[in-house]
Amino acid sequence: MTTTGRCAPATDALVFDYLLRLADSDIVLAQRLGEWVGKGPVLEEDIAQTNVGLDLLGQGRLWLAYAGEVEARIAPRGRDENELAFLRDGSEYRNLLLVEQPNGSYADTLARQFLYDHWHLLALDALTCSRDERIAAIAAKAVKEVRYHVERSSGWIVRLGDGTEQSHERMQRAIDALWMYTGEMFAADATEEALAAAGIAAGVTLLREPWRKAVGGVLADATLALPADGWMQGAHGRGGRQGAHSEHLGHLLAVMQSLPRSMPDARW
Amino acid sequence: MRAGDAGAAAIWDALARVPDPELPFVSVVELGIVRALERVPEAAGAAAAARWRVVVTPTFSGCPATRVIEADIRAALDAVAPGACEVVTRLAPPWSTDAIAPEARRKLAAVGVAPPALRCAAGAPAGAAGGDAPAWRTVPAVACPRCGSARTTEVSHFGSTPCKAQFRCDDCLEPFDHFKPH
Repeated sequence: MTTTGRCAPATDALVFDYLLRLADSDIVLAQRLGEWVGKGPVLEEDIAQTNVGLDLLGQGRLWLAYAGEVEARIAPRGRDENELAFLRDGSEYRNLLLVEQPNGSYADTLARQFLYDHWHLLALDALTCSRDERIAAIAAKAVKEVRYHVERSSGWIVRLGDGTEQSHERMQRAIDALWMYTGEMFAADATEEALAAAGIAAGVTLLREPWRKAVGGVLADATLALPADGWMQGAHGRGGRQGAHSEHLGHLLAVMQSLPRSMPDARW
Repeated sequence: MRAGDAGAAAIWDALARVPDPELPFVSVVELGIVRALERVPEAAGAAAAARWRVVVTPTFSGCPATRVIEADIRAALDAVAPGACEVVTRLAPPWSTDAIAPEARRKLAAVGVAPPALRCAAGAPAGAAGGDAPAWRTVPAVACPRCGSARTTEVSHFGSTPCKAQFRCDDCLEPFDHFKPH
């Protein structure tokens, strides 16, 4: 690769796949947060969830728009962001398993957000140095927003973890239950290894220690225990990034995609 | 002068009259959303091609006002210089509240929105909490736009629009919006 943004066709195919991974985790989590609209425990939180969801949706659109442009280099036609979001089936989605997990209680929602936010911040921070200029530009924009997400979710982990006996116990249970989905975030498959070697993708295996340090620090402030690593779902070559999802994604997509699928080309 | 032959000054003037949909007392130019007006090189196209390129940048990725702002800018350009301008979006470098004009900061404060602190000035995220605050906490010190008191409390990181947080003044007890340093 001599100039940024123009890669060999083989690399373009990998970049397309990688952009879908980045986009899909944002979009699926945005959809999950959207499920809380009007049902937040307090007004400020209802607004906060929606704002975080909007940020993620906006970032997901930037990734998808670029994915469509890259697809046009390797396929007869590149799909636009709407086609990519609304007309792909679950097995074509490339999001992390963590973000498709159900909202559960507010503790579950916040634990999921907290674990993802800290990974998201580190991944985007690394991507601001990507040799693909467009990826670097989108990451530089997104990382500023995600810093806010990290502060909010970390603050809630401390408030609830170091809160009442009941909130502490429920927060710990939520962290423990989602822990098995965190290994996938740091397991690089062949796609990510090749792109990281080319200076395009974030080397996720290197993010694990900084993530454990950041997450562990907040959990300590929250008087919560850092769970021990056990079986990690999706971290062994076949998980969300390869299109192998939990049963929850299909239900989420059925809701998210119902309008564009039942009324193709609907316009506002 | 043919229709659509407006000069740069006229185009800037038209853009300066496009209000932000959520903060209609400030313009998209004052907010730093319009980044530049560039002359398109003549060799780039035929006579009918655009002669001016208006470079815009989005504020927050998911801000619902982005589409409205683009449409408003397009309409203003079509009125002052039909067919002469193209609008392009440029992400890098990312938009920052540092791009907000001083006059717009005064207007924000005048309507009760605490303006954002400059980020560059400190060389670090504005008002990084410091003291014994945990590392992930960077809530800035914000003065109440009504009474000027520095004793304020953040009620929520998020407010009525993506760019604002909710604060409360501990002296005059009024709630107010804070334009987040971004």
